[in-house]
Amino acid sequence: MSDGTAKTLFEKVWSDHLVKDETPETPAILYIDLHLIHEVTTPQAFTLLREKGLPVRRPDLTLGTMDHSTPTTPVRSFKDLAVVGEGAAKQVVAMQDNCKEFGLELHGFDSAHRGIVHVIGPELGATQPGKTIVCGDSHTSTHGAFGALAFGIGTTEVGHVLATQCLLQRKPKTLAIDVSGTLQSGVTAKDVILAIIGKIGVDGGTGFCIEFRGNAIEAMGMEARMTICNMSIEAGARAGMISPDETTLAYLHGRLRSPKGPDWEVAAKRWLALRTDDGAHFDKSVRIDGSTLQPMVTFGTNPGMVMPVTAEVPDANGDPSFRKALDYMQVTPGKPLSESSVDVVFVGSCTNSRISDLQQAADIMRGHKVAQNVRMLVVPGSQQIKKDAEELGLDKIFQESGAEWRESGCSMCLGMNGDTVPSGQLSVSTSNRNFEGRQGIGARTILASPMTAAASAIEGRVADPRRYLQD
Amino acid sequence: MDAIRTLNSRTVVLPATDIDTDQIIPARFLTTTTREGLGADLFHDWRFTADGEENPEFVLNQPQSSGCSILVAGRNFGCGSSREHAPWALLDYGLHAVISTEIADIFRSNSLKNGFLPIVIDDVSHKWLLDNPGCEVSIDVEQSTLTLPGGKTVSYPIDDFARYCLLEGIDQLGFLQKHNTEIDQYEETRPWKP
Repeated sequence: MSDGTAKTLFEKVWSDHLVKDETPETPAILYIDLHLIHEVTTPQAFTLLREKGLPVRRPDLTLGTMDHSTPTTPVRSFKDLAVVGEGAAKQVVAMQDNCKEFGLELHGFDSAHRGIVHVIGPELGATQPGKTIVCGDSHTSTHGAFGALAFGIGTTEVGHVLATQCLLQRKPKTLAIDVSGTLQSGVTAKDVILAIIGKIGVDGGTGFCIEFRGNAIEAMGMEARMTICNMSIEAGARAGMISPDETTLAYLHGRLRSPKGPDWEVAAKRWLALRTDDGAHFDKSVRIDGSTLQPMVTFGTNPGMVMPVTAEVPDANGDPSFRKALDYMQVTPGKPLSESSVDVVFVGSCTNSRISDLQQAADIMRGHKVAQNVRMLVVPGSQQIKKDAEELGLDKIFQESGAEWRESGCSMCLGMNGDTVPSGQLSVSTSNRNFEGRQGIGARTILASPMTAAASAIEGRVADPRRYLQD
Repeated sequence: MDAIRTLNSRTVVLPATDIDTDQIIPARFLTTTTREGLGADLFHDWRFTADGEENPEFVLNQPQSSGCSILVAGRNFGCGSSREHAPWALLDYGLHAVISTEIADIFRSNSLKNGFLPIVIDDVSHKWLLDNPGCEVSIDVEQSTLTLPGGKTVSYPIDDFARYCLLEGIDQLGFLQKHNTEIDQYEETRPWKP
């Protein structure tokens, strides 16, 4: 088709949710099918509703959890969970009170479904193809892996959605990122998205909704696809999407909130029809040969400062911001990162805390010890993943190697809950941001895949995971 | 949100590119349930030393920055997290606009909802501003222009609706609520239900 009727996945989902189309004078009114909420970016929005005397328009389309400020210290009972810090404790109580007052489903400390907001949405089957999904969190792009249009919003917009179930939006442009070929052994979705950000830059996606496509993406399972879409925002794109296919359906079938019986057949047919039509136009296209990619690590203070794990740190070439980043990281141009000793390894976050991520890290760790002087934290993305991992014996592998096995939460990705990297220490982290101080004041962060993180924990320095795959 | 028509100020310059919202307001200060008071921790880890002392090297701590309400920053300002605490902290500190060659999407959207002006201009004018810190500039929201010393006027792009809301101090929630009937109708007539 090239007659102009061919549509992208994004265009199909966008036009399906227009309460009112945009005009030069006014933005579109976009209907939101699922509003995910957590304790950090909602209190001021609930205050606004209370001040204006407004109810939540669709409590049934609102789903809450607690993840950012919550402790991950291992406990026998949720009653033993002690929130670190007065502010965080107040925030947790406010979330409980707000959800109760406005009649919203909240997966709090006593829920078996509690977890990182971008992990539990898919896990519960609440995240579905063709939905519009928002949350006061930039990594909402994760849900785009299902062919949903999902993006992060600010707290004022959280208030708009609570009150009206709608948002005022300008239509973004579309960017196709085509990843072809077969990934080499030891190269994961995390390496692919880091390589993409390295190629297009941390602002390469600004103003765009990305669609990730190509046979390397199609060959990925849903958890890998979530890792890819999760970091769309690190390239500046609010949303990243992948066309739904049989892999998507297989993941969703039988989940708690997935359609059942005849409804499933109807939904599955509608979902598969969302796929981008042949010949559909994108405003911009980028091609990447996946077969040439290596395990990737960041060396600077944004996710675009990235290189193969075996490469040498590049020169700043007179760029003062680049120079400042290298100084902060205490890395030297011309040297590989394998010369840097590692203090902390963090496996977790909405990027890499799902069962396949933990499995990949555990496969490397099995029979090895965490190096002396390295602290390794493994934080499952949800209580369900924790349970699943324990059934597979992954907790034992981690603990026997000397790693800490924790309760679920955002944890050391952003260090709001007391899990922080001490000043000056070097962390190899499976999270999504290596910004200055992100994991703690003065913390130095290297982003990597769960495999690279595990290999680095064993060696106590930044390590290539591929040598452990040949064992 | 208060209406804003013009803004005149000397500039304070942070030339770094990709200044992320974790620098603007670190995550550990997000354990708050209000919007107020975040200015105290704006750019915290750049403004203060490990001992909690003001860092004299940081531009906002220098006497010439006193009273400035317009920030000039490197490309891709406000990238990273969606925290609206970033524009809240900037405004609470007394800054009312940022001028750059590129501003991250979510930060821009959050800024416009709070009356903080995200101004994107061409490379040449931006370079001039980076090289001439502390100069007096003027932003005219109605005309969507920035006037440099000597009278050179640079126009900047802004969505018509966002500009209208800034000029009138309009609360966008009120605008959405006026479309309640259409929202009802959409919910009733859509072909599938979420």
